Amino acid sequence: MTMATTQAHAPVSTIRASTQRPHCPSRTHSLHFASKPSNFAKFAKTSFSFEPSKIRPITTPRATPSSSPPTTFHGQCYVLGDNIDTDQIIPAEHLTLVPSKPDEYKKLGSFSFSGLPSSLYPIPFIQPGTDSTQYAIIIAGANFGCGSSREHAPVALGAAGVRAVVAESYARIFFRNSVATGEVYPLELEQEGVNKQCTTGDIVTVDLERNVFINHTKGKEFVLKPIGDAGPVIDAGGIFAYARKTGMISSVV
Amino acid sequence: MSSKEFDPRQVPPPSFSRSPETRSHISSASDSKSHKLKEEVIKFLGGLEAAVDGGEGEGEHAINSHALVEPRGYDSARVPILQFCNEAHSLRLEDPRSSVFQQTGDEFKPLQPDFVEGNPTRLAKNCEEDFLRYYIYIHSLFLLPSLNSPVLLMAATVVPPHAAFFSAKKEIGARSSFSPSISAHRCRKHSLNKVLAVMAPTQPSRAPATTGSVKHGMTMTEKILAKSSDRSKLEPGENIWVNIDVLMTHDVCGPGTIGIFKKEFGQNAKVWDREKIVIIPDHYIFTSDERANRNVDIIRDFALEQNIKYFYDIKDLSNFKVNPDYKGVCHVALAQEGHCRPGEVLLGTDSHTCNAGAFGQFATGIGNTDAGFVMGTGKLLLKVPPTMRFVLDGEMPHHLLAKDLILQIIGEITVAGATYKSMEFVGSTVESLNMEERMTLCNMVVEAGGKNGVVPPDKTTFKYLEGKTSVNYEPVYSDESAKFISEYRFDVSKLEPVVAKPHSPDKRALARECKDVKIDRVYIGSCTGGKTEDFMAAAKVFLASGKKVKVPTFLVPATQKVWIDLYSLPVPGSGGKTCSQIFEEAGCDTPASPSCGACLGGPRDTYARMNEPMVCVSTTNRNFPGRMGHKEGQIYLASPYTAAASALTGYVTDPREFL
Repeated sequence: MTMATTQAHAPVSTIRASTQRPHCPSRTHSLHFASKPSNFAKFAKTSFSFEPSKIRPITTPRATPSSSPPTTFHGQCYVLGDNIDTDQIIPAEHLTLVPSKPDEYKKLGSFSFSGLPSSLYPIPFIQPGTDSTQYAIIIAGANFGCGSSREHAPVALGAAGVRAVVAESYARIFFRNSVATGEVYPLELEQEGVNKQCTTGDIVTVDLERNVFINHTKGKEFVLKPIGDAGPVIDAGGIFAYARKTGMISSVV
Repeated sequence: MSSKEFDPRQVPPPSFSRSPETRSHISSASDSKSHKLKEEVIKFLGGLEAAVDGGEGEGEHAINSHALVEPRGYDSARVPILQFCNEAHSLRLEDPRSSVFQQTGDEFKPLQPDFVEGNPTRLAKNCEEDFLRYYIYIHSLFLLPSLNSPVLLMAATVVPPHAAFFSAKKEIGARSSFSPSISAHRCRKHSLNKVLAVMAPTQPSRAPATTGSVKHGMTMTEKILAKSSDRSKLEPGENIWVNIDVLMTHDVCGPGTIGIFKKEFGQNAKVWDREKIVIIPDHYIFTSDERANRNVDIIRDFALEQNIKYFYDIKDLSNFKVNPDYKGVCHVALAQEGHCRPGEVLLGTDSHTCNAGAFGQFATGIGNTDAGFVMGTGKLLLKVPPTMRFVLDGEMPHHLLAKDLILQIIGEITVAGATYKSMEFVGSTVESLNMEERMTLCNMVVEAGGKNGVVPPDKTTFKYLEGKTSVNYEPVYSDESAKFISEYRFDVSKLEPVVAKPHSPDKRALARECKDVKIDRVYIGSCTGGKTEDFMAAAKVFLASGKKVKVPTFLVPATQKVWIDLYSLPVPGSGGKTCSQIFEEAGCDTPASPSCGACLGGPRDTYARMNEPMVCVSTTNRNFPGRMGHKEGQIYLASPYTAAASALTGYVTDPREFL
């Protein structure tokens, strides 16, 4: 099996396009700028080995808007500590909900972070009586998403309205699932302890072009690590779109 | 034993069959019949010898390690070998009409249903291989003094031969087919797997493994991934497309995976290989939750539609025993049903898929999207992890179990200590562990953030696999010159029983230092701590104490097989009592229906779920907040010894109080 091409431009993410994002209440500053994966194009050629390695840039890119939209996320953040595991992100009793069914997908979102102990996290992630969150961006410490391999975890976050997670580090299965589904952007911080300098409710911006995370409320800016190997996959729009591009699977119904 | 001293006539003959029913058949055979058997075997061997030598009597042989597979003269010996198989079978069953193969000229087509499962051609070839190896072994005994091949040494360790058998060596008669009741049965189940595993199989399922020369040393994990991606070498950090040998899913992630598969590949798409997908309902089974029940229906519909070969169904939820296909916890079922094989790549939609690394394979957990992708293509893009080596040496203290070892390690490196890395477990202690203990070790690799865990396969592995799988496998081992990212050494003889305190698997503490922690219940179950060996261990403690438990003690066997073992196997030192009897006398709850149970909470009506805040000592794998149900619950992860000891006192207790 050979992979002869890689992407220089990002196509529309088929997986993401197919999921429905609940509308976030506008009473807060949660403005959602559409994020285009094209930003990651510059990372497209990092550390992939193909045999034979003949990487040709795409010459006929898929249709993309002529003016690239801003590649930022902006809104309120919700701050967490270290080792937030998948049982806290989405408790196991809700795993009977099947993420590929649209109505159950939405329900999953309504339960996101319901596993957090209220003694440590008194501010609810989702207001009682609603099914989506006002916090578009999660700030977390180390090893975010540890525990189970359940894809329900990033899916629940995405379904609830989270656009990006900005964490010190990730557990590998969660990171991979985020990339594969395209539900949330898993971004990593360069320095430690950033979550300790943020408070739930701070207005923040994630700038993917400059690779910075800005906390407007606290007046601080932090460096983000480049998304790296996940780039080409998110670029293509998830592993399925990526595989179609490289000819591994033929176009689907 | 050195080849120079060896005299085949002094050596006992092969025990032709390991199956109890065949052995008893042989012993009940009349004298004249067993005498006839012997005669025939000797005649056959003479004929084979002649065939190999081209009829020129004893001489030099072209048998070298490659020729194990293609010895000179095998072609001409092949037909009598297979005929022999047929006759052996019919003699064994005392039914002249019963045969293994249908012979048409030189074509041998397998007939027995057991043989026909899977790829008939491959199975027929398996049989041929077995006979070939047997033949080489027998032959090499005759020629031992003139042979220097390592083959015969390996063959010799497999089965001890008989002196009397070869006493008539000189009577080399004409070739004939005959009938010791040997490998017909062995062919099916008890093939010479040990030998098979060490020598290259004749027909690997993919291009010959290019595992690279020792110039570029690779670790076990790297080698497995290289083999499975048709690469001669690779390095940690590379992203590679890997061919998947087995994909597992269950009732929680199966429906989502299926949804993605159908969406991406089409509603009428077919899975890449109906024999390589194993669907095992196990998580939310014995519940009245409608969605949970519906999820089992969804995977059943898919299994039927795709004609999935391995679907361990359950329909009657009120009584697990009337569901013959139902197994229980997926990771234990995978092992028990022979789906875990050295050198292979196994992916599962469950984080504890790393459990199977105990068999020396690459096994890791993936999400629904990745699994949907594998379902359609049989491949996945994986990043090669660097390997951390854990050398465990020293005699295992009698109060310690593999659970203590892995908790020790996780406590040492923390829950993110092995993130994106492979964990390789070696050392004399690891070698002394049985398969279930090795599984416990690899099971919790994910709790340290590890991508996968591996234990080098050895005779313990091969013995466990005997009779469980007819698929050829090829174990690989780390090169001497392999590079490890780090190495940790433990002197196991100095370790003590440990627990992981709430709320993290790396909050390690000595069990004896937690003796003031009052507990409300004990839970013994899950893939980590609900296997037969785990229950045996708990039973040992109850037996040693003779007293009753002070807190509710919940027992959830991982699979039907484990449940049966609890009710049938005698506990050593108990005077013939079974685990279930000991548990009953100790006042434990009756062993429950096999499933994942309350390890991860589950629907509200799950047996032993923690619905109120309480303190529990558990043989499970995670203790994050809310893991077993209630967010304020406190879970102490422990070995079965420690769990049982704690049940007896009502406090977290070091098992040395009883052992």
